[in-house]
Amino acid sequence: MKRIFAALAFLVLAIFAAHAVTPDEMLDDPVLEQRAREISAKLRCLVCQNQSIDDSDASLAHDLRVIVRERLVDGDTNEEVMDYVESRYGEFVLLQPRFSARNLLLWGTPVIGLLLGLGAIAFLFRSRSGAAPVNRLSAEEQDRLSKILGEGEESGR
Amino acid sequence: MIVEIGHYALVLALMLAIIQTVVPFVGVKSGDARQIAMAPNLAFAVFAGIALSFAVLTWGYVTSDFSILNVWENSNSQQPLLFKFTGVWGNHEGSMLLWVLILALFGALVGLFGSNLPPTLRAMAISVQGLIAVAFLGFILFTSNPFERLSPAPLEGQDLNPILQDIGLAIHPPLLYLGYVGFSICFSFAIAALIEGRIDAAWARWVRPWTLTAWGFLTAGIAMGSYWAYYELGWGGWWFWDPVENASFMPWLAGTALLHSALVMEKREALKVWTILLAILTFSLSLLGTFLVRSGVLTSVHAFATDPTRGVVILGILVFFIGGALFLFALRSSSLSNGGMFHPISREGGLVLNNLVLTTATATVFVGTLYPLLIEALTGEKISVGAPYFDATFVPLMVPLLLAVPFGPLLAWKRGDLYGAAQRLYVFAGVALLIGLLTLVFIEGMHVLAVIGIAIGVWLLLGAFAEIIQKSGWPKAGASVAAARLRGLPRSVWGTALAHAGLGVCVLGIVSVSSFQQEEVLRMKPGAITELAGYTITMKGFEERQGPNFVEDVASFEVHRDSDYVATIMPSKRIYTARRMPTTESGIFTTGFSQLYLALGDPVEGTDEIVVRLWWKPQVTLIWLGPVLMVIGGLFSLSDRRLRVGAPKPSAKRRQTLAAAE
Repeated sequence: MKRIFAALAFLVLAIFAAHAVTPDEMLDDPVLEQRAREISAKLRCLVCQNQSIDDSDASLAHDLRVIVRERLVDGDTNEEVMDYVESRYGEFVLLQPRFSARNLLLWGTPVIGLLLGLGAIAFLFRSRSGAAPVNRLSAEEQDRLSKILGEGEESGR
Repeated sequence: MIVEIGHYALVLALMLAIIQTVVPFVGVKSGDARQIAMAPNLAFAVFAGIALSFAVLTWGYVTSDFSILNVWENSNSQQPLLFKFTGVWGNHEGSMLLWVLILALFGALVGLFGSNLPPTLRAMAISVQGLIAVAFLGFILFTSNPFERLSPAPLEGQDLNPILQDIGLAIHPPLLYLGYVGFSICFSFAIAALIEGRIDAAWARWVRPWTLTAWGFLTAGIAMGSYWAYYELGWGGWWFWDPVENASFMPWLAGTALLHSALVMEKREALKVWTILLAILTFSLSLLGTFLVRSGVLTSVHAFATDPTRGVVILGILVFFIGGALFLFALRSSSLSNGGMFHPISREGGLVLNNLVLTTATATVFVGTLYPLLIEALTGEKISVGAPYFDATFVPLMVPLLLAVPFGPLLAWKRGDLYGAAQRLYVFAGVALLIGLLTLVFIEGMHVLAVIGIAIGVWLLLGAFAEIIQKSGWPKAGASVAAARLRGLPRSVWGTALAHAGLGVCVLGIVSVSSFQQEEVLRMKPGAITELAGYTITMKGFEERQGPNFVEDVASFEVHRDSDYVATIMPSKRIYTARRMPTTESGIFTTGFSQLYLALGDPVEGTDEIVVRLWWKPQVTLIWLGPVLMVIGGLFSLSDRRLRVGAPKPSAKRRQTLAAAE
């Protein structure tokens, strides 16, 4: 299956036909079933490429869906179920990595990005206020530029 | 023999591309006008060579010439003609050939439509474009040759991957590549400008149509791919945050930022350095996408290491172009002066906010996509970064931007009046909130996020037209005056409004589906009845059908509403004969903007039942109609007279006065 994707440059079509949860697996209690679906969407099908167990028809995904439901029936909270699955399969199984030192860059990027950007913008505003804008174009160049720009009223100068 | 001509044409194109790189460059450096003037013709020649080569490969596919290894691997004589044709780019080698074909096409278009450019800038841009072509033509010829022969030629080919045997393959990759590769023009212009050392508002105006074109194609390509995945994969998802999708989404985000920053540069000569950097980054992300998808590195660092030839070559190309461009940028950018000053609260300020958010979002998608690779390379541990991460980071990032969008066009350049803009918008905000709250009445048990989401969508949709209403002077000016003013508005104003409204439409679709979608998974046998979202769905039975290169089991379901017949939906399961590969074809009934979506699962052993999945997807088509509106907006902007590719020509009368003046 990997080959297929490798063969497709940039195709957004990314994942194979999925069959996902079957009626046999589903719990009778709709509330519990809903929770099971929510948890399933956050767990990775380990043998698939970037698919959650909720979307995958691999037998391993089926096993995991059953485990999730068993734990829920036994009265586990959502977190306990996630912890349990993680303890058996490692962090790889979580589609949303934990907040941890190792994942600092991952989770920090949106915040750091915004702050850096804001800082840079603030710095530029501060350093440039006061300095008069310089027009480096000579008169002849300016003339040619406005000719190229066409009508003039749109040139915004 | 024909095949060898195609192969030869490709080699010839490589040689010509080398000349295309060298001669215009030398011409500009030495000031030789003849060499400079050669640039467009060289670009045409390279395009002709690649086009011939592409045509020959297509011929091989259409005539099922299995003496070509590539055709044998990806085609079959029983395939419908359309899929023989699209099979050309449904594989690695062919898709790379399409990639360079489009690259050369854009180079040729610059040659064709660039007569209003300063000759040296045009020559330099074509030279850079040639260098990119050299790299990728070399890559194709030395590592991914589509003309490799197979002897003796087999009688039958292996068939195109069934998943790809769909009209989607005919449309999606060409659109996506036109977008991806179209940004190479912005890149080439940026490099040319850096080499020349002069960048001004005119530069932004020349580059804008190319940016708009590439962005429009990329938008359409991504939306088309999303819809294709939605109906083809059979479980109703439309975006998966898969690395392959992210690879196309990153250039889109950066390209959208570029579109907006170039506006500031064009109107006010500000943000020059930043715009040049964005032009470089956008195409760099396109190259990165090529690398990610082509090298197999996404699967695992180890998979990459086992067959690294292609990956390493693309990585080399990537490092050369991105590294080289950034080096040149670092060298030259300090010499660029920054023009117009502006107050933080102004049109420019709004566009800076747009760029801040879009760039951060790009960085987030970038880090999220590459983080597993980084961690695996550094520590050997494997982690997953999937949809929940992107939902948790990308969505909150975008919300402030979405809220700010309607304000932007209402702010004046240099110094805007936020209070005045708010006064014009508060009615829209009120209506948006009201509609958001109204959904609470109609749908029970709903959560706050859906209300906010719907309100944001309506806010964007209505707010998009605030600028137009303001400019028309309505209601103070009478209806006829307002209508006359509307006709006089530059098309780019309409373009902005349509694109922003499209964003709102898309948001409405996304929120509606993720909040109000209904799902049913059950076992059904002929005669079984189920209900979903007010529809009664009866399974009628199965029918076996023989397709051109597959057999399929078609189930038919009758849909009734209040005992009135509405539609028959026919999902199916296919087995493609050549590869013995099963696929699921979903059945979709569209009503208004909403869809009823059916997909077949596996038969239940020992019974005549089959697993059936049904979804009610309210307003789902808005997700793709939004981008369609954005593209139409892009077309409007593109047809604005100041941007028309053939240059805004002065009127005949003015030309005479100009001529008289000279």
